[in-house]
Amino acid sequence: MTINGVTLTRQVSTRMLLSDFIRHGLRLTGTHVGCEHGVCGACTIMIDGRAARSCLTFAVQADGAEIRTIESEEKEDGTLSALQQAFQECHGLQCGYCTPGMIMNIRSRFDSGEELDLSDDGIRELISGNLCRCTGYANIVKAVRRAAELTGRA
Amino acid sequence: MSTRKFGAPIKRNIDPRLLTGRGAFTDDINLPGVLHAAFVRSPFARARINGIDTSMAEQAEGVVAVYTCDNIGHLDIELPLLIPHPSMTKARTQRPLARGDVYYVGQTVAMVVAVDRYVAEDAAALVDVDYDPLDVELDLEKAIEDGAPLVHPTHPNNIAADFTQVSGDPEAAFAEAEHVTRIRVQVDRSTAAAMECRTVAARYDATRGELTVWDGTQAPLGVRGGLASIFGMDEDKVRVIAPDVGGGFGQKVMFPYPDELLVPHAAIQLGRPVKYIEDRRENFIGSNQERTQIHEIELFAKKNGEVIALRDNFLHDTGAFIPYGIAVAQVASTSIAGPYRIPNIHVRFRAVYTPTVPVTPYRGCGRPQACFAIERAMDQLAEELGIDRFEIRRRNLIRDEEFPYTREGLLFADGLRVKLDSGQYLKALDMARDAIGFDEFAAMQTKASGEGKSLGLGLAYYVEGTGLGPYEGGHVKIHPITGKVYVNTGLTSQGQGHDTVFAQIVSDQLGVNVEDVIVVEGDTGTFEWGVATFASRAAVVSGNAIHKTAVKVREQTIKAAANMLEADPLQIVLSDGYAEVPGTNRRVSLAAIATATNPLRYAFNSAAQAATQFAPASRHDGPPLIEGQHPGLEATDYFSPECATWAYGVHAAIVEVDRETCRVDVKKYVCIHDCGNMINPVIVDGQVMGGFAQGIGGALYERIEYDTDGNPTNANFVDFLIPYATEVPAIEISHIETPSPLNPLGVKGVGEAGCIAVGATLASGIEDALRPLGGAKFHKTPITPSMIFEAMAKA
Amino acid sequence: MKPPLFDYLVARSSDEAIRLLSDNPGAMILAGGQSLIPAMNFRLASPSALIDISRIGDLKSIDIVDGNVRVGAAVKHRDLEQSDAAFAVNPLMRTALHYVAHVPIRNRGTTVGSLCHADAAAEMPMILLLSGGWVTASGPNGQRQIPAADFFEFHMTTTREADEMIVSATFPALPSGAGYAFAEFARRKGDYAVAAVGAILERDLDGRISAARLAACGIASRPVRLFEVEASLVGTHLSDTEVEAAGELAKEAVTAPDDANATTAYRQHLLASLTRRVIREASEKVRKG
Repeated sequence: MTINGVTLTRQVSTRMLLSDFIRHGLRLTGTHVGCEHGVCGACTIMIDGRAARSCLTFAVQADGAEIRTIESEEKEDGTLSALQQAFQECHGLQCGYCTPGMIMNIRSRFDSGEELDLSDDGIRELISGNLCRCTGYANIVKAVRRAAELTGRA
Repeated sequence: MSTRKFGAPIKRNIDPRLLTGRGAFTDDINLPGVLHAAFVRSPFARARINGIDTSMAEQAEGVVAVYTCDNIGHLDIELPLLIPHPSMTKARTQRPLARGDVYYVGQTVAMVVAVDRYVAEDAAALVDVDYDPLDVELDLEKAIEDGAPLVHPTHPNNIAADFTQVSGDPEAAFAEAEHVTRIRVQVDRSTAAAMECRTVAARYDATRGELTVWDGTQAPLGVRGGLASIFGMDEDKVRVIAPDVGGGFGQKVMFPYPDELLVPHAAIQLGRPVKYIEDRRENFIGSNQERTQIHEIELFAKKNGEVIALRDNFLHDTGAFIPYGIAVAQVASTSIAGPYRIPNIHVRFRAVYTPTVPVTPYRGCGRPQACFAIERAMDQLAEELGIDRFEIRRRNLIRDEEFPYTREGLLFADGLRVKLDSGQYLKALDMARDAIGFDEFAAMQTKASGEGKSLGLGLAYYVEGTGLGPYEGGHVKIHPITGKVYVNTGLTSQGQGHDTVFAQIVSDQLGVNVEDVIVVEGDTGTFEWGVATFASRAAVVSGNAIHKTAVKVREQTIKAAANMLEADPLQIVLSDGYAEVPGTNRRVSLAAIATATNPLRYAFNSAAQAATQFAPASRHDGPPLIEGQHPGLEATDYFSPECATWAYGVHAAIVEVDRETCRVDVKKYVCIHDCGNMINPVIVDGQVMGGFAQGIGGALYERIEYDTDGNPTNANFVDFLIPYATEVPAIEISHIETPSPLNPLGVKGVGEAGCIAVGATLASGIEDALRPLGGAKFHKTPITPSMIFEAMAKA
Repeated sequence: MKPPLFDYLVARSSDEAIRLLSDNPGAMILAGGQSLIPAMNFRLASPSALIDISRIGDLKSIDIVDGNVRVGAAVKHRDLEQSDAAFAVNPLMRTALHYVAHVPIRNRGTTVGSLCHADAAAEMPMILLLSGGWVTASGPNGQRQIPAADFFEFHMTTTREADEMIVSATFPALPSGAGYAFAEFARRKGDYAVAAVGAILERDLDGRISAARLAACGIASRPVRLFEVEASLVGTHLSDTEVEAAGELAKEAVTAPDDANATTAYRQHLLASLTRRVIREASEKVRKG
């Protein structure tokens, strides 16, 4: 598989969840695990350009896939991406546990080329599917809108 | 640096780390050779254990150890009762691993340690436990009847505690009442459901005899105390670190959970690191929960709506054990009169054992239940007396000039007086009335009604006793090389942004950038004194401790700088990391002052040369460190509040009930909120909004379901309905800042504020919306579409 | 919550998948895994082997065959949702797919997988039933078509034989000029339906309803057609009284017992409301004759 631009080959147990493989096999611990049944979205990564639950994917299924995790989100010079900046500016995170999954989900939609619905309802729809227990979502909605502004999408 | 950081919407120091995936949560910490634990848990709510056969599991490949109550030695005990109280007799707490009996589905029976979690779960399934199921009663009201099946044979009628508190002379006041309103209300069980489940990892260094435990806890110092005493170790040989923690909300203040003892035990025994990462199902069946209370509340009033007395009698579900004592029920019982004068109070509760997950605080801790009871009763009284709901509250609110207002006879959860210390209750009510658009609402409602829509206005007032003692500490040190300021306190953060608000407090005293203040908390290796994060207390108790400490370091810094700059201390200004005499070119960096105040033998850098023994400024006529002085710029201090400080607020909402789907659509939601002086308004709003979302969950969605045999039926995120972004409405927040007179910063806590009044507010609004359809009452949360349908069907 | 052990087998063709299914008793087909893997993580499912069909090229296509939409077994929900060709033939699919969980799940979950999972509250089985569609089962003895009405037997149970694989599902085109609508109520956005209803209405030249199909999910042990409601509408002009009565008739289709999300009485009320809503909405879209 290719992960964050690095191509690698590993042998894994067939039942190894992709979330565990990324976290413990590759030590990319930014991807979090919140429920292991696909509801909370904390483990969301991008597989072949689309957001997906890494807890509902076996590592073996990712053979040949191109994967992106939160560790790829920073800019090359080590500064925060617009999306990350917007989250900080808008206080879109508290404990930060759901944040990587939230960001990867938003990232996939930003990169998909689809038109973004930046109304309140549209953004809430976009981030629905990722549970956050700290923020009450309002500041995440703001952050998505702010990121769209910063990237010229709004 | 000229502007004050206290009160400013400063961006959080911690964010870049969390945003880039560099957080270090327990399961992220690399422990080479680590083993993984999984538990065998009771599938029965109440059963006798005839035998446990672990042989199959022990033989499974990859299994390193299997523990039951028979091979854990000194850990085979009843766990500590954390908060003793005289109202309890023989309070029951659980054992790390069940011996003889199990008391709820999910109770730990055996622990398997294996090379990875997959294998550990395989092996746990191979442990054969022979149970004889026993009868159970889940219904709180039936559980206290004679003949009901007992959770603990030691406790007749399943009563764990029976406690009455009285303020004023209620008996006399009851007789004077011209009107009595009586309702029964119920709030159901919920759970914190932090996004990160509970975690514990341990490593034992046999050579040094040192145990290190990483624990996703709100109480690292408490965990250390528990471990040291139960393991019989010196405290300094036990280091507990709460690393990044993915939300707590009270569930993680409880300790020790069985895993918090068993994982370190296994690490010591096996000589390898061991970790246990709770999974989501386990979090639902094995980690403590809160909420179910049934209140019978009576308001004794004059015809004009003045409430002269209150009587409340409630049942509190404490689950199978009561390790945290009566704290939740006590907070509820002492918050029952809300923001109202009500001079005469009689409140009794009985805590009831049920064969369910034990009950300890979850964000709100009894306050949402008390708020629901008093506020629904106030609405009912208003309706019965024909008085507007805002008006009846106005007539009963404590006046500004009546503060501090003490409820003599009531003791809060800290064992201290209930003293509502400050506030502008009437102003808040008026602000809520304006913000929600009360004056226009009647016309809106009529218009909507004409279109077949059911629109309602709801409101609820709440108070929140916050910032409980006993105390917290602060340690502040200016580093001699970097000039950065290091701050420690004993409690710990689960996302509240302590590192930023504490930095703001220190920044103001020392004139350094907020980013240059490094707050390290949650590590017993860096600061040894304190309590924990709970009861909205960090900003109040640790915040003030750190403030007091920073003031001391400021004094040291100014004194030393005055000496170095040959100026009067009164002339010195601390700004941008320097001490300077304004209007001159005389200035010196804090790093240099910190270096200079530390008499040196070795000049490790150029600044240090000035502090060495032959430097011009060095003393040659006595000891380099003057008797009574300490090296560097550093201090430690503590803050211990005289009693809790009471925040408060008002919520109001306009809701539409869709008669077709019975869905509740929140059209507008406003919150007026006063937590005293705000250190960081963005963080305060974040706390309120997050609490609000949990309040929405409790009001409309979240309920832990048990069947009549005591099996949890929705122990997962598919069926336990935490709101997504699509379910949480927008909220408009306005603040009043009435300083608390009880602490130097004038602050009050905010952690729990947002969640308290949501259930009462929405019930009030839904009831108002459906009033024309027959006036059904909404006296229970969560309010489900089925309940709304039933209410409409009765009409 | 970790899954139990299993063998992982990658099938390169449908034939190979079917052979693997026969050779491995207790094996299951893995397409997107969005229902299967959670069940395995909870250890509610423990297949001896998983046969991954997601790499079989000809199962990944959405084809218009005889004017109908044929969806291969490896087609992701999201691809079907975004397929304009499919939308042009049967717009109900996109409408309903919008309610299936959330985008990250739809990105991996397959429509045929959801049909085979056959949750009684799931949207797509109901849409297949409503549209008069069928699945194509392939087994050691060849292929057969199973109409939706015969496929969904019970909650999470279908009439697929153990050695068969569903290779595709076919969603027929909506009749020309038909009006259609879909309405759902779930506790949270993306949850399984407490109740959902779909409708396809046709009118004759006089404006009377000439044909009506309605189906619902979440209300019984499988998706059901609302035959009595359909019958009551045919020949009418959909007056308010007739629509009202149709809603009342729908109530009788509810057989689900009380559960945590709804009492039976509430579900009846809800189904009646949603039924009226879809009839009205479909009738606005329907063309005469």
